[in-house]
Amino acid sequence: MIKLNVNGRAAMVDADPDTPLLWVLREQLGLTGTKYGCGIAACGACTVHVDGSAVRSCSFPLSEAKERKITTIEGLSHDRSHPVQKAWIEEQVPQCGYCQSGMIMAVAALLAEKRRPTDADIDAAITNICRCGTYQRIRKAIHVAAGSR
Amino acid sequence: MLRQDLVNVVSRGKSVPVIGQLRVGIATVVGIVIATGAVVFIQNAAAQNRLEEGREKFRQMATVFQHPRCMNCHPRTDFPRQGDDRHRHAMNVTRGPADRGAPGLHCSTCHQSSNQTASGVPGAPASGAPGAPDWHLAPLRMAWDDLSVAELCRALLDPARGGMKPHQFIPHFQTGLVRWAWSPGAGPHGEMRDAPPIPYERFMALTREWIDRGAPCPNS
Repeated sequence: MIKLNVNGRAAMVDADPDTPLLWVLREQLGLTGTKYGCGIAACGACTVHVDGSAVRSCSFPLSEAKERKITTIEGLSHDRSHPVQKAWIEEQVPQCGYCQSGMIMAVAALLAEKRRPTDADIDAAITNICRCGTYQRIRKAIHVAAGSR
Repeated sequence: MLRQDLVNVVSRGKSVPVIGQLRVGIATVVGIVIATGAVVFIQNAAAQNRLEEGREKFRQMATVFQHPRCMNCHPRTDFPRQGDDRHRHAMNVTRGPADRGAPGLHCSTCHQSSNQTASGVPGAPASGAPGAPDWHLAPLRMAWDDLSVAELCRALLDPARGGMKPHQFIPHFQTGLVRWAWSPGAGPHGEMRDAPPIPYERFMALTREWIDRGAPCPNS
């Protein structure tokens, strides 16, 4: 059994230490907001926070999650009040929505480190893939969330 | 009479031993000079041999430094490289201000403290900190792209270019990130990554032997 701290709550999970955190979140803890996309840490659909930093949970072993603070899209705010969530609604960013929880988590991690990111900062940090091609709305919403536009 | 006495003295008296002693003395001095010269020559030749041996050790070490497992993270670019063909790292990954990725997308977003079999993403532990990942690029001043073996050697020893003193090489080569090169794991499609051409233990032995010989650099 491995003890986790997910969205502020303690959870005990019984899984192989090499299991990607993504599958523990989805299948053992029922937190299905975090999505499986590529499985090779390339697309970013599985992005969550570990100790406040973005990680691709499909490539993050359970063993390294022990005694660290994990935040998923379900725990970003209790009432969709996180500035990134508000900006996403304001700009109506999603189309199909599948990649958007990973996008929002990646953007929240960026803004925690860089309060007013430039377009270049966004290009360097937000490498998540959106099959619907909502990139321009994503960029606009990031600036809205940052309060710069 | 007087002249004959003098001849006798010269031929039978004291002057014969004097000349003999002079000859012996000169021979001794010449011998010492020759012997000293020979010793110096042999010592110089031995020193030269050790230097050349050291240079050869480094040439063998350089096959590791110039392998893609090492070169990909010692680039002269603002981004890492990956693969045996040293292509640009996928997903627009950049160096970032501290050589550990961009703000919001650190190397540790994907690279953890061990190779991940599920995703094929490589990882390495930080030295002295089990469980903490240490994936990062070498600073730009330590870029190795396009350096000859001799230039690479001089760069490794140049403090202005991130170089180290000889005794610092062994601890550096024992870090998790360096050792990862010999356990690079498999990629996302199960293909095994190539390790450097000589085993880790041999590389470390070569490094010690290079240092023992004064850490000389090849001339070209």
